[in-house]
Amino acid sequence: MEARDTIGAFGRGGADRPPPSLEASSPRYGEKLIKGFLASCAILSVITTTAIVISLLLPTADFFGEVGFTDFLFGTEWAPTFTPAAFGVLPILVGTISTSLWGMLFAVPMGLGSAIWLSEYASPKARKVVKPVLEVLAGIPTVAIGIFGLVFLSPVIEGVFPFMVNVPPFSAGVAGLAIGLMLVPIIASISDDAMRAVPGGLREAAYGLGSTKMKVATRVVFPAAISGIIASLVLAGSRAVGETMVVLLVAGASPNLTFDPGSSVLTMTAFIAQTATGDISTGSITYDTIFAVGALLFVLTLIMNIFAIRLVRKYREVYE
Amino acid sequence: MVGESRVKETLKDRAPEEQSEQAGLIQQISVREAAPTEVDPWAGEKVFDLEHVSVSYGSSLAVNDVSMTIPKNEVTALIGPSGCGKSTLLRCLNRMNDLIPSARVDGEVLYHGQNLYGSKVDPVQVRKLIGMVFQKPNPFPKSIFDNVAFGPRILGLGDIDHRVEKALRGAALWDEVKDRLDDNAYGMSGGQQQRLCIARTMAVDPEVILMDEPCSALDPISTAKVEDLMNELKEQYSIVIVTHNMQQAARVSDKTAFLIVEMDAAEGNRWGQLVEYDETDRIFTNPQDSRTEDYVTGKVG
Repeated sequence: MEARDTIGAFGRGGADRPPPSLEASSPRYGEKLIKGFLASCAILSVITTTAIVISLLLPTADFFGEVGFTDFLFGTEWAPTFTPAAFGVLPILVGTISTSLWGMLFAVPMGLGSAIWLSEYASPKARKVVKPVLEVLAGIPTVAIGIFGLVFLSPVIEGVFPFMVNVPPFSAGVAGLAIGLMLVPIIASISDDAMRAVPGGLREAAYGLGSTKMKVATRVVFPAAISGIIASLVLAGSRAVGETMVVLLVAGASPNLTFDPGSSVLTMTAFIAQTATGDISTGSITYDTIFAVGALLFVLTLIMNIFAIRLVRKYREVYE
Repeated sequence: MVGESRVKETLKDRAPEEQSEQAGLIQQISVREAAPTEVDPWAGEKVFDLEHVSVSYGSSLAVNDVSMTIPKNEVTALIGPSGCGKSTLLRCLNRMNDLIPSARVDGEVLYHGQNLYGSKVDPVQVRKLIGMVFQKPNPFPKSIFDNVAFGPRILGLGDIDHRVEKALRGAALWDEVKDRLDDNAYGMSGGQQQRLCIARTMAVDPEVILMDEPCSALDPISTAKVEDLMNELKEQYSIVIVTHNMQQAARVSDKTAFLIVEMDAAEGNRWGQLVEYDETDRIFTNPQDSRTEDYVTGKVG
């Protein structure tokens, strides 16, 4: 008791103490500052997107002042720099779809296969080695993959399947394959994360009912992770459509309206890169064309994303 | 409290039966004569025969040298404090431990005389016959119907609709869910989810159902429903239940095994050890081992 009297004791309820105040002890400017900073970070991306749309819209409007909307969208000949010029976007639109399609055709099974193996079959040791390697593959500059496609993949594939490369060394199929190599780690890594996030209890439940490992992976884990898996596919699809360097190097530059994987094609992105790096004057029709194609590319990825969000909402399996 | 009231109920239920047996003198004598020649509680058929079973994870022992037999069409409870290896032991019985790469089982687990860990035994086949219900209700994120239909579908069994209804009726869930079979299972209460998991197990027509603390995440009313269900289920299934709730073991089980944690103070190792295995009544009223008595009377643990 003596010690307590000399040191003093905790407890606000003592008779000699005034009632405590409920007002904030300091104005907490730091809190407000942080809140403002974080909000501005989020708003910046909205501003950027808006700025891109506006900068695309103005030259695109100029473009459609000179070229009819249906001539652009449904025209089958693309020769914007020739005289007489032709502005039918279909050949380069199909070029983009073609290379992306071949890329996805390769990357989706490979990527999902790797993801299932990584999350359900691989031993922790194997996983520890393979996953980082996959992620390094995702970080390889696309120009390196383009060169690899041009000097290695294209001759090899031409040697084995001559019909895949009509105009050596350019081929939509080989460009697609090179893009596909780039997409595999994106799909594998994100899908693997999504599948590993599925609660272990669901796996146990399935095993307890006499499921084989494959049934557990395909009937329980895969459907439960479907929203993450679709997200990975959309991301991969957007990268395929937006990929520039690989197609510029490997797909050639002939605006052929064809899905033939052996043919050389020009994609929308390759057109933009090729033309924008050339000598063009601001305000000319060629200049405006770049923006019109860019706007179409933007709309295309936007539609893909909206579609993907719908798909995720429809098939998502919510647990807990 | 719940246990007490239920005992009274069963007594009430039985009374009219005995009265209807016309309490004649001769019959009373015959009953009295029959009493001493009681049926041996261990004489019935067995599903499991454990002989010196030890389980270890890597180099650390989890359960040491358990020998016991598990009878058919009865409820066998495994009780004991946390860490005594009762869940580990349960998971040996349908080779669920195989999913943990470092787990190793020594000794013999015989299922109807066949070694469960024999070289030709397929764990997938084992788990079809020996189903499992887990501590936390773990329905699939699918509809109620699809949850129950999952097992029959992956095993390629026919007449899914019929099986689903039969399983849900068996789990006393049909009347509660028959109008919302297409709703997501996660919209159900915890107790309903657990009974759904039991139905899901029943739908593949197993012989044994292992239950790993099936009521620990449930409120008392849901618990009572699951316990009532267990009493009905033992007509058709053999049940092994792990519980840390002694009252539950006393209420639902016919046989009870009591395990404790043994400790090696020098090495700091801990493992589970079977202390006593007997009829539930004897474990709770007349245990042979003083450690069992201390545990069931609440002196420790």
